[in-house]
Amino acid sequence: MEKRATFSNLWLAAAFIAPQMLLIFTFFYWPTGEALYWAVSLEAPFGGSNEWVGWLNFQTVFSDPKYWDSVRVSLLFALSSTALSLGIAVLLALFVDRRLAGHQVYKFTFFLPYALAAPAVGLAFRFIFSPDAGFVSAVNRIWPGLWNPAFNGNDAFIMIVLAQAWMMVGYNFIFFLAALQSIPRTVSEAGAMDGAGVLRRMWDIQLPLITPTLFFLIVINITDSFVNSFGIVDITTGGGPARATEVMVYKIYFDGFRGKDYSLAAAQSIVLMLLIIALTFIQFRFIERRVHYS
Amino acid sequence: MVERNPILDTFTHALLIISLIALLIPFWIVFVAASHDFHTVNQVPMPLWPGSHFFENISTAWVQGNFSRVMLNSMIVAVGVTGGKILIASLSAFSIVYFNYRLRTLMFWLIFITLMLPLEVRIVPTYAVAADVLRPYREILNLFGLSIGLPEWNMLNSYSGLILPLIATATGTFLYRQFFLTVPDELTEAAKMDGSGPIRFFLEVLLPLSKTNMAALATIMFVWSWNQYLWPLLIITDQAHYATATMQLQKVVPGPVFGDPPIWNIAMASNLIVLTPPVLVTILLQRWFVRGLISTDK
Amino acid sequence: MAEIVLRDVRKSYGKNEVVHGVNLDIATGEFIVILGPSGCGKSTLLRMVAGLETITAGEIEIGGKVVNQMEPRERGCAMVFQNYALYPHMTVAENIGYSLKIAGVSKAKRRARVEEVAGPLGLSEFLDRKPGQLSGGQRQRVAMGRAMIREPRVFLYDEPLSNLDARLRVAMRVEIRKLHQRLGTTTLFVTHDQVEAMTLADRIVVMNKGVVEQVGAPSEIYNRPQSTYVAGFIGSPGLNMVSGTVDPAAGVVRLTDGQELAYDRERWPVVTPGPITAGFRAENVELSNVGLKGSFDFAEELGSARLVHGTVGDQMVVAHVDGQLHFEPGDPIQFKIDPSEVHLFDAASGRRLAGERSPMPARNEAARGLVKA
Repeated sequence: MEKRATFSNLWLAAAFIAPQMLLIFTFFYWPTGEALYWAVSLEAPFGGSNEWVGWLNFQTVFSDPKYWDSVRVSLLFALSSTALSLGIAVLLALFVDRRLAGHQVYKFTFFLPYALAAPAVGLAFRFIFSPDAGFVSAVNRIWPGLWNPAFNGNDAFIMIVLAQAWMMVGYNFIFFLAALQSIPRTVSEAGAMDGAGVLRRMWDIQLPLITPTLFFLIVINITDSFVNSFGIVDITTGGGPARATEVMVYKIYFDGFRGKDYSLAAAQSIVLMLLIIALTFIQFRFIERRVHYS
Repeated sequence: MVERNPILDTFTHALLIISLIALLIPFWIVFVAASHDFHTVNQVPMPLWPGSHFFENISTAWVQGNFSRVMLNSMIVAVGVTGGKILIASLSAFSIVYFNYRLRTLMFWLIFITLMLPLEVRIVPTYAVAADVLRPYREILNLFGLSIGLPEWNMLNSYSGLILPLIATATGTFLYRQFFLTVPDELTEAAKMDGSGPIRFFLEVLLPLSKTNMAALATIMFVWSWNQYLWPLLIITDQAHYATATMQLQKVVPGPVFGDPPIWNIAMASNLIVLTPPVLVTILLQRWFVRGLISTDK
Repeated sequence: MAEIVLRDVRKSYGKNEVVHGVNLDIATGEFIVILGPSGCGKSTLLRMVAGLETITAGEIEIGGKVVNQMEPRERGCAMVFQNYALYPHMTVAENIGYSLKIAGVSKAKRRARVEEVAGPLGLSEFLDRKPGQLSGGQRQRVAMGRAMIREPRVFLYDEPLSNLDARLRVAMRVEIRKLHQRLGTTTLFVTHDQVEAMTLADRIVVMNKGVVEQVGAPSEIYNRPQSTYVAGFIGSPGLNMVSGTVDPAAGVVRLTDGQELAYDRERWPVVTPGPITAGFRAENVELSNVGLKGSFDFAEELGSARLVHGTVGDQMVVAHVDGQLHFEPGDPIQFKIDPSEVHLFDAASGRRLAGERSPMPARNEAARGLVKA
């Protein structure tokens, strides 16, 4: 879409866009480019310029089983938290959209968790799911040792998935509800005239019509789970126990800043970037085209 | 619509009420835990009703976490990011939409691409740039054989280091671009007929028209920047002066698995202090927040 | 037998009542058009019949059963919406066949029925397209097909033609009429377009501000409007209306400027002297050298004829004139009005005066031809 009426003062145009371009060059393009460079080079041991090593860093990364563990954990974390929170959110949105008495209340409370910082959510969940205090510890009273995220990797993983899903439910809910409300009411009414009951209309009409939103949210949620996972994991489990919750961003942080190995961290960053770009690409290229109606 | 569905209606109400409770219960638990003394909070099962030590815990947490200082820091960062973002986003969107130059499609895509990669995935090299902001330019000059001695500008342990990299994304630019595109051409033409130049048009027509967008963007950016965690954690080592509120959460987290029992009541009180500003903002400005969420869509 | 009965049907949103007690009997196979301006409650009324709006008070009966508490699908109505409301993610065939799918009809049978319905609508070659790929007229037909396939007791149309351009609208009007002749299904059709109403309806229900002003055959509505509102709304142009004082002894209405307009005393034998509104069609006005004295304002060209707008005293009068004429604004002209075609309305309530002796002669039937064009 283009404007018919534009201004012609090019110096002004340049001046207006310059701050944005300077910022994204300095803090986005240069670092991203540098990550690429670091990923294919190694710092010379006695200072001086870096040495070109090609795929070596990637080979080191890929041959490390711990790296594959972090990939597996990240993907599992992304998929399970996304599925859980999208599932709950779409259910809630469909039923809130029935507009029974009180639906306004839900509209304005369901998104509250999204306002919290990831580490705040992590801290709250760490307490709630703590094995020897808090809320869930009561189950250990009945079945001693049943729940202990500090020792049991599965428990820890379940905890961070729940934390992430809880945080994202409200966000997803808002998008689903907006999508549902943008379906013309007459389409639903036509469904009712055709004899479709409430649940049938949800399944046959409303759900298919919000699939674009669903796919958009899948990408956003997965990206967000990569990003947010740091705050949650850092506070709740520190990647443990026994690396059961070491997600990719956490490992990059560890290798880069604790281990001071920029080249390895950069190589891992590149893989993560490619993953996210691929996801975005899939959304734009394939999914959006297939499920768009006019 | 005439619809008789007593069973489904009951189910709907039950589902929504149970979900509401489930979604809000973590808030309640944090609050309850923050209101008991050290002994009570570690009981199993924990009490589900608030105790009487709330203000005591909050003030202990406040002092321990140096919150007088860090809340101010967080506020400076949040306001700085929000204001900076609005300024830069509106200007660049104006340039892209309202001026016709050959490079504008390129500019558009350059900005667009930044949407894809959040700060967290390019954290290592961004950190390196923040340590010496002018290095990219020095290296470019070197490439052309010019050795002009640009000074070293270290952004670690500074407000500008906390703020500027967070502004370097496209979120707001897109919101503004979308909005500008909906402004009818006739309005620009009328302004031109009235003798208004681009700056006057921007200040007196576009900005006032985009007030709602600005409010939405501001709410969203405030909450987002307040909640930043990894970036401040990395670049702030001078914790006494520049720590932000979310960073303090790491300090109240109980240490390794063994050792002293964690002081949950103070930890939860700290948590409550940290989460209050963004929660307040979203509740008070919920209209803008929801609108911002939907229209920025990252 | 009455297919649809409305008994004192009311609708309120909160304290705001938008339909104020509508009573109506609709016979089986009748084509009823509900006509009125936007916001008069006509769509609300239709949606109450469909079951899309709850009924605040009163009763609606369809096929002898009170349907107030019935869900839309149980009422046996099919509806064509103004914006068609096609399911954008389904093909034309799926759209048309959706109600059968819900009713559990097998796939093969469904396909056969869809083809049967789509054929006469000219949709056979588009069955596998999505609504987004169709033109406005085609979408309209899909919406009609979707309604037809259910073989409903009642067809409901909610301003179905208003999104089409003028030519298509005329064509679809003909199709809807033909469809009704072929199927004979009781039909309720809502529109704000009086031409649509006149051409389609067996009977027209004229609504205004949530109240039914008049129910009757098109010719009856045209020839004997029961209120000044109906008189002004129906016909193009609407009925000329002038106010004055009636003098039953002389058989004239004395206008505000003192001129006299004669009416048929045999037709209105009992009239109380006093303020009154007199109405007459533009077709019953001639330009002459007798009659009401006035001045020329402007003329509207209709091709075969023209509408001459003038002023008598301070009141506007329109005449439908066949001949060529050359007037300048302000020129004096005289309007000759046929006394037997003068209608009388109560000045205060706007209702047609009671005590009219014989129905109007059917002479004005010819005038309908004008409307149909």
